[in-house]
Amino acid sequence: MSEGKLFVDPLNIIVCGVGGQGNILVARLVGRSLAKRGYIVTIGETYGASQRGGDVMSHIRLSARQRYGPLIPPGGAHIVLGLEPLETVRILVDYGNPQVATITNTHPILPVTVGMGVTQYPDYDELRQAIAQLSGQVWFLDATEVALCLGSVRLTNVVMLGALIGSSLLPITEAQLEEGIKERFPKDRLKPILEAFSKGLSYTRATGCA
Amino acid sequence: MVALTANAAGKTELLFGNEAIARGALEAGVRVAASYPGTPSSEILENLAAVAEEAGLYVEWSVNEKVAVEVGTAASVAGLRAIISFKHEGLNVALDTLCHVNLAGTKGGLVVVVCDDPAGWSSPSENDSRAIIQWLNVPLLEPSTPQEAKDMIRWAFELSEQIGTYCVVRSCTRVSHTTGTVILGEIASRDTLAYFDTSRLFVFVPIVKKHADLLAKVAQVKEIFEKSQFNYYEGPEQPELMIISSGSGRLYSMEAVEYLQLEKRVGIVHLGTTWPVPTKFLERQLSRTSRVLVVEEVDPFLERNLKVVAGDSGWLNRGHVIYGKASGHMKPFGELSPETVINALVRLTGVRHEPRSKEYDKRAKQAAKDLVIGREVMWCPGCPHRATFWTIKNAFRLDGRDGFVSGDIGCYGLDRRGAGGYLITKIALAMGSGTGVGSGLGKLGQFGFSQPVIAVCGDSTFYHAAIPALINAKYNRSHVIMMILDNSATAMTGFQPHPGVGVNALGKAAPVVDIEGLCRGLDIPLEVMDPFDITENTKRLVELMSDRNGVRVVIMRRPCALLRPPDEKPPFKVWVDTLKCRGDECGCARYCVRVFKCPAIVWDRTRGRAQIDEAVCVGCGVCTCICPASAIMKEPLSE
Repeated sequence: MSEGKLFVDPLNIIVCGVGGQGNILVARLVGRSLAKRGYIVTIGETYGASQRGGDVMSHIRLSARQRYGPLIPPGGAHIVLGLEPLETVRILVDYGNPQVATITNTHPILPVTVGMGVTQYPDYDELRQAIAQLSGQVWFLDATEVALCLGSVRLTNVVMLGALIGSSLLPITEAQLEEGIKERFPKDRLKPILEAFSKGLSYTRATGCA
Repeated sequence: MVALTANAAGKTELLFGNEAIARGALEAGVRVAASYPGTPSSEILENLAAVAEEAGLYVEWSVNEKVAVEVGTAASVAGLRAIISFKHEGLNVALDTLCHVNLAGTKGGLVVVVCDDPAGWSSPSENDSRAIIQWLNVPLLEPSTPQEAKDMIRWAFELSEQIGTYCVVRSCTRVSHTTGTVILGEIASRDTLAYFDTSRLFVFVPIVKKHADLLAKVAQVKEIFEKSQFNYYEGPEQPELMIISSGSGRLYSMEAVEYLQLEKRVGIVHLGTTWPVPTKFLERQLSRTSRVLVVEEVDPFLERNLKVVAGDSGWLNRGHVIYGKASGHMKPFGELSPETVINALVRLTGVRHEPRSKEYDKRAKQAAKDLVIGREVMWCPGCPHRATFWTIKNAFRLDGRDGFVSGDIGCYGLDRRGAGGYLITKIALAMGSGTGVGSGLGKLGQFGFSQPVIAVCGDSTFYHAAIPALINAKYNRSHVIMMILDNSATAMTGFQPHPGVGVNALGKAAPVVDIEGLCRGLDIPLEVMDPFDITENTKRLVELMSDRNGVRVVIMRRPCALLRPPDEKPPFKVWVDTLKCRGDECGCARYCVRVFKCPAIVWDRTRGRAQIDEAVCVGCGVCTCICPASAIMKEPLSE
């Protein structure tokens, strides 16, 4: 049986970013934790040739009532967890709506064509403004910076996962998700991961949305 | 989570689609699994390999899909249950054997899983396998969720044994790569010993009788499908419109009906068994309504078969209509989504639908226009293929006779993508075809053909399909250079082992099938190059191209850049000497970023100079030889 309540049923979450950022891991940790609490969970993953720097997204569908398909309809996201700001905008354009809650990393990953001088990465202030305009509520944090302070850029996804849980948008507690992290990783690697999770968590908890 | 092998019947688990397929096979007591890697199918075998020792299975990566079918069939005729899995492209390779196994018959349950890739997310086509399976005339099941995939796989083994031929389960990306809640079943304990009963024959003669036998089996399956639990109707008793869906179309249809609040007007038939067609079941469903919409991935397969049922039963003669791909309500290409079904329902029912406010839509469109730029995929920093293709490109230029690459399937196909590749690959068809086409081009000299051709293929592809083409070139005295891009990996599909790497599907030591030894055995001149020796290799390639003297093999050997451990020190420190780089004044028009195109070389707009992005650079040092001003410097880091 499910505990707590989803603020809407089905609850549609999109986790987006760039290939290699660990977007699927975040989706599965969230999914597994909610499945454990009795929710019917579906996760659809879209990645193509993502390993080589493409954009990736996972759609998470949560319901206490019935099974949903692996794709969220356009305009149908309730939460967007963006691991990269340009990717957050890309997803809001297709799946956003006036109510969507957005939690986004502010640290850019430049597409290779930017390095080549073929295209230009959008101005950060404009990106931030667009994200705010396309969201009902929004949290901005530099999760990459937090991860680097903890010793590895690879922790960025866990910082963002912490931020999602800290936002209290999901009916799962810090302890419940921590349990999932402990199941997933070997003991000797846990310390920085749990620290990253807790940093992200306290960020959204302390700041509230912008 | 519980292990894939846990006997935890009734427990709910979150499983990846391909994991659920593996679980279904374990629940059915599968003993043997064979496959060739290919997205979105690879994880089926990977999951079975991970539990092979514990569950007492034999699991292998076969050299190609056809051999995988033969290995699985061997287990079946010896009385064991076996599963064979591959992607849709693999079905084409497997077909030559599959179209005789159906006639020869099977003993132990034999299930073939073919994973289609609508929209071709990770494939060179979005071909729909179902017409081929109908032609093979074997039972076809189409799951819509990981749960149904698990249940269908388990049942397919029973069915296969009941009728004595194999069953096919058609998955697709949105089932295989979807994670969903699955209720586990019991794991069957089967301790059958393998034995080939020599009183039986598994052959395709007498031909006409075997064909008639197969038709009788299909007729038997049709009766079973009429009562299958995988076919059912949900909705009002007499809907004004009825959706008939298969595969992932089922959940999108349910969602679209709920989304548009059409529950009282529209019903849904879920058809899990799509060949042979359960005629009586469909006739009963058709009698509920006068309008039907068919929702299925890619081709109008179900739609055409349904039209036959509707025509034969007289339903169509009553002025009733079937909508779908032929009527233009669904697209006959690309992937299904909730949106495609919503749009069709809006057209057919006249309900109003506004997903979000016009004002929001306007803002979103503006943001897309002003801010959103694409992310091109290209060869990784340090990728040996970039160095190889750079070499070939320069060798063609020096040769001056309009040379080109006859390409194949693998990461080297990124040469054809504009942003990062060099666009010297002018033809690419299927696995191994690069060499076959090269062999053919090398025989056109008598018609005046004199362009140099380099046929490329990866190491895994070499074993899979290029060897017969190479033998063909040798035997027929073709003039062609075959270049094997040996990066020690099946890199594109996720680093599964192959006969050249010394490891098997379980990660245990295996004999290495040596490419050089094979070529020597064929008496084909061969040389091995390190792709990073660009200057030397270019010279040698020009020599080889001018010498039209039979088949030559060049092995470009260097491991995939992604195989390097993340904490390994790069071989070189690489930097741009800002005094030598004259930037925009140089006249090279940003040669390094414009032509060579490694993601680690970036253009610093403020200073108008090239620069190495240290976060991206892996220190391969290849770029130091490409700058016309020799401004890119390197220094060894390891002692």
